[in-house]
Amino acid sequence: MGRARAAGLALPLLLWQLLALAGGGAAFYLEVRELEEKCFIQEIPDGTVVIGNYKTELYDPAMEKYQPSPQWINLFVFVKDPENKNLLARQYGPRGSFTFTSQSPGEHEVCLHLKSIRFALFYDGKLAIHLDMQLGEHTNDHTELAANDKLTLLHLRIQQLVEQVEKIQKEQEYQRRREEHFRQTSESTNQRVLWWSILQTLILVATGIWQMQHLKSFFKAKKLV
Amino acid sequence: MGGVVPRSVSALPLLLLLLLQAERPRGAELTFELPDNAKQCFHEEVEQGVKFSLDYQVITGGHYDVDCFMKDPLGNTIYSETKKQYDSFTHKAEVKGVYQFCFSNEFSTFSHKTVYFDFQVGDEPPILPDMGNRVTALTQMESACVTIHEALKTVIDSQKHYRLREAQDRARAEDLNSRVSYWSIGETIALFVVSFSQLIWLLCPLPCGEDWALSLDFPPLSSLYLWKPGPEAALQKPHPRGALESALEARTGW
Repeated sequence: MGRARAAGLALPLLLWQLLALAGGGAAFYLEVRELEEKCFIQEIPDGTVVIGNYKTELYDPAMEKYQPSPQWINLFVFVKDPENKNLLARQYGPRGSFTFTSQSPGEHEVCLHLKSIRFALFYDGKLAIHLDMQLGEHTNDHTELAANDKLTLLHLRIQQLVEQVEKIQKEQEYQRRREEHFRQTSESTNQRVLWWSILQTLILVATGIWQMQHLKSFFKAKKLV
Repeated sequence: MGGVVPRSVSALPLLLLLLLQAERPRGAELTFELPDNAKQCFHEEVEQGVKFSLDYQVITGGHYDVDCFMKDPLGNTIYSETKKQYDSFTHKAEVKGVYQFCFSNEFSTFSHKTVYFDFQVGDEPPILPDMGNRVTALTQMESACVTIHEALKTVIDSQKHYRLREAQDRARAEDLNSRVSYWSIGETIALFVVSFSQLIWLLCPLPCGEDWALSLDFPPLSSLYLWKPGPEAALQKPHPRGALESALEARTGW
Protein backbone atom coordinates (compact mmCIF):
# COMPACT_ATOMS: atom_id res chain seq x y z
CA MET A 1 0.00 0.00 0.00
CA GLY A 2 2.71 2.41 1.04
CA ARG A 3 4.92 1.34 -1.79
CA ALA A 4 2.28 2.04 -4.39
CA ARG A 5 1.81 5.51 -2.99
CA ALA A 6 5.53 6.10 -2.94
CA ALA A 7 5.79 4.96 -6.53
CA GLY A 8 2.98 7.29 -7.47
CA LEU A 9 4.88 10.23 -6.06
CA ALA A 10 8.28 9.17 -7.30
CA LEU A 11 7.87 10.02 -10.96
CA PRO A 12 6.46 13.52 -10.55
CA LEU A 13 9.08 14.17 -7.88
CA LEU A 14 11.86 13.17 -10.21
CA LEU A 15 10.37 15.31 -12.92
CA TRP A 16 10.21 18.22 -10.52
CA GLN A 17 13.84 17.86 -9.53
CA LEU A 18 14.93 17.67 -13.15
CA LEU A 19 12.93 20.72 -14.05
CA ALA A 20 14.35 22.52 -11.07
CA LEU A 21 17.84 21.92 -12.32
CA ALA A 22 17.28 22.29 -16.02
CA GLY A 23 14.63 24.95 -16.14
CA GLY A 24 15.13 28.67 -16.17
CA GLY A 25 14.32 28.69 -12.49
CA ALA A 26 17.87 28.01 -11.34
CA ALA A 27 19.44 30.46 -8.90
CA PHE A 28 21.20 33.69 -9.77
CA TYR A 29 24.05 33.74 -12.22
CA LEU A 30 27.21 35.70 -12.63
CA GLU A 31 29.06 36.55 -15.78
CA VAL A 32 32.64 35.41 -16.17
CA ARG A 33 35.26 35.06 -18.84
CA GLU A 34 37.15 31.84 -19.41
CA LEU A 35 39.72 31.15 -16.69
CA GLU A 36 38.46 34.01 -14.56
CA GLU A 37 38.33 32.78 -11.00
CA LYS A 38 35.47 33.67 -8.72
CA CYS A 39 35.76 32.88 -5.05
CA PHE A 40 33.14 32.72 -2.35
CA ILE A 41 33.59 32.44 1.38
CA GLN A 42 31.37 30.19 3.45
CA GLU A 43 31.62 30.45 7.20
CA ILE A 44 30.29 27.13 8.43
CA PRO A 45 30.53 24.89 11.50
CA ASP A 46 32.17 21.49 11.18
CA GLY A 47 30.30 18.53 9.80
CA THR A 48 28.19 20.66 7.49
CA VAL A 49 27.40 19.27 4.07
CA VAL A 50 27.53 21.89 1.35
CA ILE A 51 25.87 21.11 -1.95
CA GLY A 52 26.44 23.41 -4.89
CA ASN A 53 24.13 23.02 -7.85
CA TYR A 54 25.40 24.81 -10.89
CA LYS A 55 24.75 25.25 -14.56
CA THR A 56 26.96 27.02 -17.06
CA GLU A 57 25.95 28.88 -20.19
CA LEU A 58 27.78 30.37 -23.11
CA TYR A 59 26.74 33.64 -24.67
CA ASP A 60 25.79 33.31 -28.30
CA PRO A 61 26.35 36.67 -30.00
CA ALA A 62 24.32 35.61 -33.02
CA MET A 63 21.22 34.96 -30.99
CA GLU A 64 22.10 37.54 -28.31
CA LYS A 65 21.30 35.27 -25.45
CA TYR A 66 22.82 32.62 -23.29
CA GLN A 67 22.75 29.03 -24.48
CA PRO A 68 23.67 25.97 -22.42
CA SER A 69 27.40 25.29 -22.60
CA PRO A 70 28.82 22.58 -24.81
CA GLN A 71 30.41 19.55 -23.22
CA TRP A 72 33.97 20.79 -23.61
CA ILE A 73 33.53 23.60 -21.11
CA ASN A 74 34.38 22.34 -17.66
CA LEU A 75 34.05 23.87 -14.24
CA PHE A 76 37.00 23.62 -11.88
CA VAL A 77 36.10 23.75 -8.23
CA PHE A 78 38.65 24.33 -5.48
CA VAL A 79 37.61 24.35 -1.86
CA LYS A 80 40.01 25.40 0.87
CA ASP A 81 39.32 24.85 4.55
CA PRO A 82 40.21 27.37 7.31
CA GLU A 83 43.69 25.87 7.61
CA ASN A 84 44.28 26.40 3.88
CA LYS A 85 44.16 22.71 3.16
CA ASN A 86 42.52 21.57 -0.07
CA LEU A 87 39.22 20.00 0.72
CA LEU A 88 38.07 19.60 -2.87
CA ALA A 89 39.92 20.09 -6.14
CA ARG A 90 37.93 18.64 -8.97
CA GLN A 91 36.81 19.17 -12.48
CA TYR A 92 33.14 18.94 -13.34
CA GLY A 93 31.08 19.03 -16.50
CA PRO A 94 29.11 22.04 -17.70
CA ARG A 95 26.20 21.29 -15.36
CA GLY A 96 25.70 19.27 -12.24
CA SER A 97 26.56 19.63 -8.61
CA PHE A 98 29.56 19.50 -6.35
CA THR A 99 29.49 18.67 -2.69
CA PHE A 100 31.88 18.72 0.24
CA THR A 101 31.70 18.27 4.00
CA SER A 102 33.50 20.65 6.32
CA GLN A 103 35.95 18.98 8.70
CA SER A 104 36.71 21.98 10.87
CA PRO A 105 34.68 25.07 11.68
CA GLY A 106 35.57 28.33 10.06
CA GLU A 107 35.84 30.15 6.78
CA HIS A 108 35.93 27.91 3.77
CA GLU A 109 36.82 29.36 0.41
CA VAL A 110 35.08 27.99 -2.67
CA CYS A 111 36.74 29.01 -5.94
CA LEU A 112 35.32 28.33 -9.38
CA HIS A 113 36.64 28.91 -12.82
CA LEU A 114 35.67 27.71 -16.26
CA LYS A 115 38.00 26.24 -18.79
CA SER A 116 37.42 24.86 -22.23
CA ILE A 117 39.26 21.58 -22.44
CA ARG A 118 39.20 21.11 -26.15
CA PHE A 119 38.35 24.03 -28.35
CA ALA A 120 39.39 27.62 -27.79
CA LEU A 121 36.79 30.29 -27.26
CA PHE A 122 37.39 32.43 -30.30
CA TYR A 123 35.21 35.43 -29.78
CA ASP A 124 36.31 36.24 -26.24
CA GLY A 125 33.24 34.46 -25.05
CA LYS A 126 31.13 35.55 -22.13
CA LEU A 127 30.09 32.75 -19.87
CA ALA A 128 27.53 32.56 -17.14
CA ILE A 129 27.61 30.36 -14.07
CA HIS A 130 24.28 29.72 -12.38
CA LEU A 131 24.99 28.83 -8.80
CA ASP A 132 22.92 27.61 -5.90
CA MET A 133 24.80 26.62 -2.77
CA GLN A 134 22.88 24.95 0.01
CA LEU A 135 24.17 24.34 3.49
CA GLY A 136 23.21 21.35 5.54
CA GLU A 137 21.05 18.56 4.24
CA HIS A 138 18.37 20.97 3.16
CA THR A 139 15.20 19.01 3.47
CA ASN A 140 12.79 21.52 2.06
CA ASP A 141 11.58 18.50 0.27
CA HIS A 142 9.22 17.05 2.79
CA THR A 143 7.12 15.24 0.24
CA GLU A 144 9.65 12.46 0.06
CA LEU A 145 9.61 12.09 3.83
CA ALA A 146 5.83 12.07 3.82
CA ALA A 147 5.76 9.42 1.15
CA ASN A 148 8.31 7.18 2.80
CA ASP A 149 7.23 7.38 6.41
CA LYS A 150 3.54 8.11 6.06
CA LEU A 151 3.77 11.02 8.45
CA THR A 152 0.88 13.28 9.17
CA LEU A 153 1.06 16.97 8.59
CA LEU A 154 1.59 17.70 12.26
CA HIS A 155 4.44 15.24 12.34
CA LEU A 156 6.06 17.04 9.44
CA ARG A 157 5.71 20.38 11.13
CA ILE A 158 7.31 19.09 14.30
CA GLN A 159 10.06 17.58 12.20
CA GLN A 160 10.69 20.92 10.58
CA LEU A 161 10.83 22.63 13.99
CA VAL A 162 13.26 20.02 15.29
CA GLU A 163 15.51 20.62 12.30
CA GLN A 164 15.42 24.35 12.88
CA VAL A 165 16.29 23.99 16.55
CA GLU A 166 19.17 21.67 15.69
CA LYS A 167 20.43 24.24 13.22
CA ILE A 168 20.29 26.95 15.89
CA GLN A 169 22.11 24.74 18.37
CA LYS A 170 24.87 24.01 15.90
CA GLU A 171 25.29 27.66 15.10
CA GLN A 172 25.51 28.57 18.77
CA GLU A 173 28.15 25.94 19.42
CA TYR A 174 30.11 27.31 16.50
CA GLN A 175 29.66 30.81 17.81
CA ARG A 176 31.04 29.82 21.20
CA ARG A 177 34.18 28.50 19.56
CA ARG A 178 34.61 31.62 17.48
CA GLU A 179 34.24 33.81 20.53
CA GLU A 180 36.90 31.79 22.32
CA HIS A 181 39.31 32.31 19.44
CA PHE A 182 38.50 36.01 19.39
CA ARG A 183 39.12 36.32 23.10
CA GLN A 184 42.47 34.59 22.74
CA THR A 185 43.48 36.99 19.99
CA SER A 186 42.52 40.01 22.09
CA GLU A 187 44.39 38.71 25.11
CA SER A 188 47.44 38.02 22.99
CA THR A 189 47.37 41.58 21.66
CA ASN A 190 47.05 42.92 25.17
CA GLN A 191 50.02 40.89 26.38
CA ARG A 192 52.14 41.84 23.42
CA VAL A 193 51.50 45.53 23.96
CA LEU A 194 52.46 45.20 27.61
CA TRP A 195 55.66 43.20 27.16
CA TRP A 196 56.97 45.09 24.16
CA SER A 197 56.47 48.42 25.96
CA ILE A 198 58.44 47.21 28.96
CA LEU A 199 61.15 45.75 26.76
CA GLN A 200 61.48 48.90 24.71
CA THR A 201 61.73 51.08 27.80
CA LEU A 202 64.50 48.86 29.13
CA ILE A 203 66.32 48.95 25.81
CA LEU A 204 66.01 52.72 25.76
CA VAL A 205 67.47 53.07 29.22
CA ALA A 206 70.23 50.56 28.49
CA THR A 207 71.31 52.23 25.25
CA GLY A 208 71.22 55.61 26.99
CA ILE A 209 73.56 54.35 29.68
CA TRP A 210 75.84 52.72 27.12
CA GLN A 211 75.99 55.91 25.07
CA MET A 212 76.83 58.05 28.09
CA GLN A 213 79.47 55.58 29.22
CA HIS A 214 81.25 55.67 25.89
CA LEU A 215 81.01 59.42 25.57
CA LYS A 216 82.40 59.83 29.05
CA SER A 217 85.29 57.46 28.39
CA PHE A 218 85.97 59.16 25.05
CA PHE A 219 86.07 62.62 26.56
CA LYS A 220 88.16 61.43 29.48
CA ALA A 221 90.61 59.82 27.09
CA LYS A 222 90.84 63.03 25.09
CA LYS A 223 91.21 65.04 28.30
CA LEU A 224 88.12 67.20 27.61
CA VAL A 225 86.57 66.42 30.99
CA MET B 1 -2.86 5.04 9.30
CA GLY B 2 -4.12 7.08 6.38
CA GLY B 3 -6.17 5.01 3.97
CA VAL B 4 -5.23 4.11 0.46
CA VAL B 5 -4.80 7.31 -1.48
CA PRO B 6 -5.54 6.98 -5.17
CA ARG B 7 -2.43 7.53 -7.23
CA SER B 8 -3.88 10.34 -9.29
CA VAL B 9 -4.79 12.46 -6.27
CA SER B 10 -1.35 12.27 -4.68
CA ALA B 11 0.35 13.12 -7.95
CA LEU B 12 -1.86 16.11 -8.66
CA PRO B 13 -0.43 18.55 -6.10
CA LEU B 14 3.05 17.92 -7.39
CA LEU B 15 1.97 18.50 -10.93
CA LEU B 16 0.36 21.69 -9.73
CA LEU B 17 3.66 22.72 -8.24
CA LEU B 18 5.39 21.97 -11.50
CA LEU B 19 3.08 24.39 -13.23
CA LEU B 20 3.62 26.97 -10.56
CA GLN B 21 7.35 27.12 -11.20
CA ALA B 22 7.11 30.85 -11.13
CA GLU B 23 6.26 30.91 -7.46
CA ARG B 24 9.06 28.58 -6.42
CA PRO B 25 11.09 30.53 -3.93
CA ARG B 26 14.80 30.82 -4.35
CA GLY B 27 17.42 32.36 -2.16
CA ALA B 28 21.10 32.87 -2.30
CA GLU B 29 23.35 34.07 0.46
CA LEU B 30 26.98 34.39 -0.34
CA THR B 31 30.13 36.06 0.85
CA PHE B 32 32.66 37.09 -1.75
CA GLU B 33 35.74 39.20 -1.96
CA LEU B 34 35.66 42.38 -3.98
CA PRO B 35 39.12 43.59 -5.01
CA ASP B 36 39.90 47.30 -5.17
CA ASN B 37 38.61 49.16 -8.21
CA ALA B 38 36.40 46.23 -9.10
CA LYS B 39 32.72 45.70 -9.64
CA GLN B 40 30.87 42.45 -9.27
CA CYS B 41 27.41 41.87 -10.69
CA PHE B 42 24.89 39.14 -10.10
CA HIS B 43 21.89 38.47 -12.27
CA GLU B 44 18.66 36.71 -11.48
CA GLU B 45 15.65 35.86 -13.51
CA VAL B 46 12.49 37.01 -11.77
CA GLU B 47 8.85 36.55 -12.80
CA GLN B 48 6.40 39.39 -12.81
CA GLY B 49 4.69 40.28 -9.56
CA VAL B 50 7.14 38.37 -7.38
CA LYS B 51 8.58 40.15 -4.37
CA PHE B 52 12.29 39.88 -3.81
CA SER B 53 14.62 41.27 -1.18
CA LEU B 54 18.30 41.95 -1.01
CA ASP B 55 20.31 42.62 2.10
CA TYR B 56 24.02 43.03 2.21
CA GLN B 57 26.75 43.85 4.68
CA VAL B 58 30.43 44.60 4.34
CA ILE B 59 32.48 42.34 6.57
CA THR B 60 36.09 43.38 6.14
CA GLY B 61 38.10 45.99 4.37
CA GLY B 62 38.83 49.70 4.45
CA HIS B 63 36.00 51.75 5.89
CA TYR B 64 33.57 48.86 5.60
CA ASP B 65 31.54 50.51 2.88
CA VAL B 66 30.53 49.59 -0.65
CA ASP B 67 28.42 50.98 -3.49
CA CYS B 68 25.42 48.97 -4.52
CA PHE B 69 22.94 49.44 -7.32
CA MET B 70 20.17 47.34 -8.80
CA LYS B 71 18.78 47.44 -12.32
CA ASP B 72 15.61 45.98 -13.74
CA PRO B 73 15.46 44.21 -17.14
CA LEU B 74 14.69 47.49 -18.88
CA GLY B 75 17.85 49.08 -17.57
CA ASN B 76 16.25 51.40 -15.03
CA THR B 77 18.05 51.75 -11.74
CA ILE B 78 15.62 50.76 -9.04
CA TYR B 79 18.06 51.05 -6.16
CA SER B 80 21.32 52.86 -5.84
CA GLU B 81 23.37 53.64 -2.75
CA THR B 82 26.95 54.73 -2.31
CA LYS B 83 29.30 53.93 0.54
CA LYS B 84 26.87 51.95 2.62
CA GLN B 85 27.95 49.55 5.32
CA TYR B 86 24.81 47.45 5.36
CA ASP B 87 21.36 47.81 3.95
CA SER B 88 18.20 45.96 3.17
CA PHE B 89 15.99 46.47 0.13
CA THR B 90 12.75 44.85 -1.02
CA HIS B 91 11.02 45.31 -4.33
CA LYS B 92 8.13 43.88 -6.25
CA ALA B 93 9.06 42.91 -9.77
CA GLU B 94 7.02 44.92 -12.27
CA VAL B 95 8.63 43.37 -15.30
CA LYS B 96 9.56 39.79 -15.94
CA GLY B 97 13.18 39.36 -16.84
CA VAL B 98 16.73 39.37 -15.62
CA TYR B 99 17.40 41.73 -12.72
CA GLN B 100 20.96 42.56 -11.90
CA PHE B 101 22.52 43.90 -8.75
CA CYS B 102 26.08 45.06 -8.53
CA PHE B 103 28.55 45.85 -5.80
CA SER B 104 31.21 48.34 -6.65
CA ASN B 105 34.50 49.07 -4.93
CA GLU B 106 35.70 51.45 -7.60
CA PHE B 107 36.11 54.37 -5.23
CA SER B 108 38.77 52.56 -3.23
CA THR B 109 42.33 52.38 -4.43
CA PHE B 110 43.85 49.76 -2.20
CA SER B 111 41.40 48.02 0.08
CA HIS B 112 39.77 44.69 -0.70
CA LYS B 113 36.31 44.34 0.67
CA THR B 114 34.51 41.19 1.72
CA VAL B 115 30.80 41.58 1.08
CA TYR B 116 27.98 39.34 2.29
CA PHE B 117 24.64 39.47 0.53
CA ASP B 118 21.38 37.60 0.88
CA PHE B 119 19.02 37.67 -2.07
CA GLN B 120 15.60 36.11 -1.56
CA VAL B 121 13.01 35.74 -4.29
CA GLY B 122 9.43 34.79 -3.57
CA ASP B 123 7.88 33.55 -0.37
CA GLU B 124 8.59 30.50 1.66
CA PRO B 125 6.94 27.35 0.29
CA PRO B 126 4.29 25.57 2.29
CA ILE B 127 5.54 22.46 4.01
CA LEU B 128 3.62 20.19 1.68
CA PRO B 129 2.60 21.10 -1.85
CA ASP B 130 -1.05 20.52 -1.18
CA MET B 131 -1.14 23.10 1.60
CA GLY B 132 -2.34 25.75 -0.79
CA ASN B 133 -5.51 23.80 -1.42
CA ARG B 134 -6.50 23.43 2.22
CA VAL B 135 -9.57 25.34 3.21
CA THR B 136 -10.03 23.95 6.70
CA ALA B 137 -8.80 26.00 9.62
CA LEU B 138 -5.63 25.01 11.38
CA THR B 139 -5.92 23.20 14.69
CA GLN B 140 -4.43 24.80 17.76
CA MET B 141 -1.44 22.50 17.56
CA GLU B 142 -0.80 23.44 13.98
CA SER B 143 -1.10 27.17 14.58
CA ALA B 144 1.22 26.84 17.58
CA CYS B 145 3.67 25.10 15.30
CA VAL B 146 3.41 27.88 12.76
CA THR B 147 4.09 30.48 15.46
CA ILE B 148 7.11 28.58 16.69
CA HIS B 149 8.36 28.19 13.14
CA GLU B 150 8.16 31.91 12.52
CA ALA B 151 9.91 32.68 15.81
CA LEU B 152 12.69 30.25 15.04
CA LYS B 153 13.17 31.84 11.66
CA THR B 154 13.69 35.16 13.41
CA VAL B 155 16.24 33.54 15.71
CA ILE B 156 18.13 32.05 12.79
CA ASP B 157 18.14 35.43 11.08
CA SER B 158 19.52 37.28 14.08
CA GLN B 159 22.12 34.54 14.57
CA LYS B 160 23.25 35.22 11.05
CA HIS B 161 23.66 38.92 11.80
CA TYR B 162 25.61 38.20 14.96
CA ARG B 163 27.85 35.88 13.04
CA LEU B 164 28.60 38.58 10.50
CA ARG B 165 29.28 41.16 13.14
CA GLU B 166 31.56 38.79 15.01
CA ALA B 167 33.44 38.06 11.80
CA GLN B 168 33.97 41.77 11.35
CA ASP B 169 35.27 42.25 14.88
CA ARG B 170 37.47 39.21 14.68
CA ALA B 171 39.08 40.45 11.47
CA ARG B 172 39.81 43.77 13.12
CA ALA B 173 41.25 42.14 16.23
CA GLU B 174 43.57 39.90 14.24
CA ASP B 175 44.68 42.82 12.15
CA LEU B 176 45.45 44.79 15.30
CA ASN B 177 47.40 41.89 16.74
CA SER B 178 49.67 41.52 13.74
CA ARG B 179 50.15 45.28 13.48
CA VAL B 180 51.23 45.47 17.13
CA SER B 181 53.83 42.75 16.48
CA TYR B 182 55.33 44.31 13.40
CA TRP B 183 55.34 47.77 14.87
CA SER B 184 57.05 46.63 18.07
CA ILE B 185 59.76 44.71 16.22
CA GLY B 186 60.30 47.64 13.87
CA GLU B 187 60.59 50.08 16.74
CA THR B 188 63.14 47.95 18.58
CA ILE B 189 65.31 47.74 15.48
CA ALA B 190 64.95 51.47 14.93
CA LEU B 191 65.96 52.08 18.53
CA PHE B 192 69.17 50.10 18.15
CA VAL B 193 70.04 51.68 14.81
CA VAL B 194 69.42 55.21 16.06
CA SER B 195 71.46 54.84 19.22
CA PHE B 196 74.43 53.29 17.42
CA SER B 197 74.44 55.78 14.61
CA GLN B 198 74.06 58.70 17.02
CA LEU B 199 77.18 57.67 18.85
CA ILE B 200 79.18 57.04 15.73
CA TRP B 201 78.09 60.26 14.04
CA LEU B 202 78.86 62.35 17.11
CA LEU B 203 82.24 60.94 17.96
CA CYS B 204 83.59 60.33 14.56
CA PRO B 205 83.00 63.00 11.96
CA LEU B 206 84.71 62.09 8.68
CA PRO B 207 87.53 61.57 8.05
CA CYS B 208 88.25 59.13 10.88
CA GLY B 209 91.46 57.64 11.87
CA GLU B 210 92.47 54.29 13.16
CA ASP B 211 93.69 55.66 16.51
CA TRP B 212 90.18 56.90 17.27
CA ALA B 213 88.76 53.46 16.81
CA LEU B 214 91.40 51.93 19.01
CA SER B 215 90.80 54.42 21.80
CA LEU B 216 87.29 53.07 22.29
CA ASP B 217 86.86 49.64 23.74
CA PHE B 218 84.52 48.00 21.19
CA PRO B 219 86.91 46.43 18.75
CA PRO B 220 84.40 45.30 16.09
CA LEU B 221 83.83 48.89 15.10
CA SER B 222 87.36 49.34 13.81
CA SER B 223 86.53 46.99 11.00
CA LEU B 224 83.95 49.50 9.77
CA TYR B 225 86.61 52.06 8.96
CA LEU B 226 88.45 50.73 5.98
CA TRP B 227 89.96 54.03 5.00
CA LYS B 228 93.28 54.81 6.53
CA PRO B 229 95.02 58.15 6.06
CA GLY B 230 97.93 57.69 3.66
CA PRO B 231 101.27 59.51 3.80
CA GLU B 232 100.02 62.28 1.48
CA ALA B 233 97.35 63.27 4.00
CA ALA B 234 99.93 64.92 6.21
CA LEU B 235 101.15 67.09 3.33
CA GLN B 236 97.68 68.29 2.38
CA LYS B 237 96.37 71.66 3.48
CA PRO B 238 93.85 71.09 6.23
CA HIS B 239 90.26 71.81 5.16
CA PRO B 240 88.42 74.76 6.73
CA ARG B 241 87.08 73.83 10.13
CA GLY B 242 84.06 74.94 12.11
CA ALA B 243 84.14 76.37 15.61
CA LEU B 244 83.61 73.06 17.41
CA GLU B 245 86.22 71.30 15.39
CA SER B 246 88.84 73.97 15.99
CA ALA B 247 88.09 73.91 19.72
CA LEU B 248 88.43 70.15 19.79
CA GLU B 249 91.64 70.37 17.84
CA ALA B 250 93.10 72.86 20.22
CA ARG B 251 92.34 70.67 23.20
CA THR B 252 93.20 67.26 21.84
CA GLY B 253 95.63 67.81 19.03
CA TRP B 254 93.52 65.50 16.87
